Amino acid sequence: MTEASLYLLQQIINGLTIGSTYALIAIGYTMVYGIIGMINFAHGEIYMIGSYVSFIVITGLLAIGSFVLPLVLFIALVVAMLIASTYGWTVERVAYRPLRGSNRLIALISAIGMSIFLQNYVALSQGSRDVALAPLISGSVLELGSLETFEVTLSWMQLLIWVVTLVTMTALTLFISRSRMGRACRACAEDLGMTNLLGIDTNRIISLTFVIGAALAAIAGLLLGLYYGVINPFVGFMAGLKAFTAAVLGGIGSIPGAMLGGLILGVTEALTAAYFPSEYKDVVAFGLLVTILLFRPTGILGKPEVEKV
Amino acid sequence: MLELKNVNTHYGQIQALHDVSIKVNRGEIVTLIGANGAGKTTLMMTVCGDPKASSGDILFEGESIRQMPTSLIMRKGLAVVPEGRRIFSGLTVAENLHMGAYFSDKAAYEAQLDHVLGLFPRLKERYNQRGGTMSGGEQQMLSIGRALMSHPRLLLLDEPSLGLAPIIIQQIFEIIERLRDEGVTIFLVEQNANQALKIADRGYVLENGRVVMSDTGEALLTHDAVRKAYLGG
Repeated sequence: MTEASLYLLQQIINGLTIGSTYALIAIGYTMVYGIIGMINFAHGEIYMIGSYVSFIVITGLLAIGSFVLPLVLFIALVVAMLIASTYGWTVERVAYRPLRGSNRLIALISAIGMSIFLQNYVALSQGSRDVALAPLISGSVLELGSLETFEVTLSWMQLLIWVVTLVTMTALTLFISRSRMGRACRACAEDLGMTNLLGIDTNRIISLTFVIGAALAAIAGLLLGLYYGVINPFVGFMAGLKAFTAAVLGGIGSIPGAMLGGLILGVTEALTAAYFPSEYKDVVAFGLLVTILLFRPTGILGKPEVEKV
Repeated sequence: MLELKNVNTHYGQIQALHDVSIKVNRGEIVTLIGANGAGKTTLMMTVCGDPKASSGDILFEGESIRQMPTSLIMRKGLAVVPEGRRIFSGLTVAENLHMGAYFSDKAAYEAQLDHVLGLFPRLKERYNQRGGTMSGGEQQMLSIGRALMSHPRLLLLDEPSLGLAPIIIQQIFEIIERLRDEGVTIFLVEQNANQALKIADRGYVLENGRVVMSDTGEALLTHDAVRKAYLGG
């Protein structure tokens, strides 16, 4: 392979890695929007909290000398998912449910307020500076090409992100398409009132979507935190914005759309940063969003609402 | 079985139902007729708890359900076929039916599924097809089938004949009579007064949110004022 194509391959690997985490976060936006038609702007902060919790758990476990790395990571993942889910559930109960049925703008403002609150709450309790974690997972699975020209590497960390994302997305897809509650989620997304008329407590289904979205964001929080090694209380803002873009790009309300949107966005960013000054990557990412919305307002996999009478 | 006592319902400031009292006895088909905007759908939805009645009382099998949340009411043994059918168009026929039996155990679900597919063989043919791809009549059958999946003792039907071809309407009304014969009590809201009164044991006439008349189906069918207003003279 030529050097140019190796370079391209490397960028695609990097892009898919970041894109996977965008996809994980985007699920939360898309599921909530699909059911209650609101944008949960505090979702990025749930991701940030997931990152913090996993950092705290990992540092704590390492400090008491527990050194079985897979176990440490697994415990961190479970704790982060649980705590982030609790936050997600609480945010809905406190800030959104009392406003349901009122003007959409009001819920949106409440969400932005929640986002600012959570950022500052973490900044106050954990400090607003960067928190760093020494790399836990090093080395690479695959090295292609030679050091003299250009070497493509797929690191263990990247592979871990791919595998965890793939497993999570598969589990989510099976849950939504096969399980009784997943079916209820889809029914709610189509007609919340009718689902209620079948005796199903739709408030619980709505809570469930917040919990699932938060748990997936926490997974992304752990993975991306380990990948970058540095977090601060404000990382949720940009990550949330990117994931929201991914959800809209793929078609908000559509779960496969969020997955696809995340990957497309991640790869687009990586390629832009590779061939242009890297500051352009956000310009291109959001430019892509504008373009897609101009020509296909429902996003790539979104369906226009057609009602057959 | 179902009793409404002096029920008033408001949408914000606007009062949609005024002192409505209606009784549906076990094993009856009771129909509610009235013009567009008379409050028929509001009345039916008030029974389901959405919107809530602002005063009066609603009793189902002797128990007051007026204050209960909708999801709890709908687990008491009544089911609704709402206006406009409201099937889940992205879900398959099988999944739609499954949603109707959300709280049934496997045995009850399977028994009721056999029964519903027996009533509507067409749903069996379309079993794995998405609800939204079916014709209006088939969707109406699915909506009724979905409601029946929970094995209700009382079935509320809101204009099941709306927008359907006469031959399909005929079938739907035959099914309604058959359900009554099987022991399901029926409360039927209709604009198609002629057909509804023919199969009804008793009927109520709703005008501007008030019950203005009630009698047996037969008597209403031959009543002069009713004929003039709802049956085309």
